[in-house]
Amino acid sequence: MDEQELRIFVDLVRYYFERQTGRLPELGSPHLGDASALPIHDYTGVIGISGERQGCVYVTASRELLRALLLQVGETDVSEANLCDLAGEIANTISGNARLHFGPDFMISVPVIVQGTATAIQVPRNVKAYVIPLRWHKHDAALVVSLQ
Amino acid sequence: MSRLKMMVVDDSNIIRNKIARSLSTHNIDIVATACNGEEAVKQFAENDPDIVTMDLTMPRMDGLECIRELKKRKPSTRILVVSALADKSTAIQALKEGALGFVCKPFTEDDLSDAMNELLAGDA
Repeated sequence: MDEQELRIFVDLVRYYFERQTGRLPELGSPHLGDASALPIHDYTGVIGISGERQGCVYVTASRELLRALLLQVGETDVSEANLCDLAGEIANTISGNARLHFGPDFMISVPVIVQGTATAIQVPRNVKAYVIPLRWHKHDAALVVSLQ
Repeated sequence: MSRLKMMVVDDSNIIRNKIARSLSTHNIDIVATACNGEEAVKQFAENDPDIVTMDLTMPRMDGLECIRELKKRKPSTRILVVSALADKSTAIQALKEGALGFVCKPFTEDDLSDAMNELLAGDA
C-alpha cells in the first residue's frame, strides 16, 4: 500500500464523520503500526478484504465515542448490541466506500465484531499495517488498514 | 391514497432504525424488517411489501441475489438500494437487477427522504 492509497482511507474517515455528524474528527499522523501492538479500543469492527487486494480494514473505538456518535445520529438505544453494530457499520461503510477508488474487485466481507481490549486483532503477518488515529468529541478511535 | 407497505433489509439495526426515522413523514408503513437476504425473502412472502430498501453486503444471501429473488416473485416491487459499496459498477448491476434507486452510505435522513420521493414520484 502506498501513500496515495493511505490518503484515500484518511479522506474516507473524515468524510464518514463529517457526513454523519457535521463535525470532522481530529486525525493524528497516520503511521506504520507494530503488528504486535496495534491499537485496540472497547469495540472493533473488522472487515476482511479479498479479490485483487487482500488483508483487512478495522475500526476500533472507545465506548464513549460510539455512544456519543449513536446519540448524535438520532439513535436513542445505546445498548451493547448497538455499540457493536455501530463499530461494524463504520468499518463496513469506510471499506465499501473504498471501492470507489479500488474498484469492484476490492471485495469486502460482512463485519466481525470484537469486544474488549484483551483480544489482539490478527492482521496478515507479511503485510504492513497502517494506523490512522483519530479523536471525535474528545474520544479515541483508530482505523487500521493492512492490505497487500 | 392508501399507504404503501415497505420492508427494510439491512444487517445493521442502527441503519434499519435510521431508515425508519428518515421515512416517518412519508406515506409509508414499515411492515417488515430483515437482517439478511434469506430472511428478506421469507418476510416478503408473508408481508407483500410495495417498496423495499435493500443493503447489499449481508450474510447468508447478499442484496443483489435478494433483489433477483424478490423481482422474480413480484416484478412490480420498487427497490431502493442503500449500500456502502460506492463503485459505479455495483450501482449499475443493482439497477440491472431491477432496483430503481441507489443511496450510498453514509447517508443523511434528508438523502434517504429525497431518494424515496424520487422513487414514489411515479405515483403522483
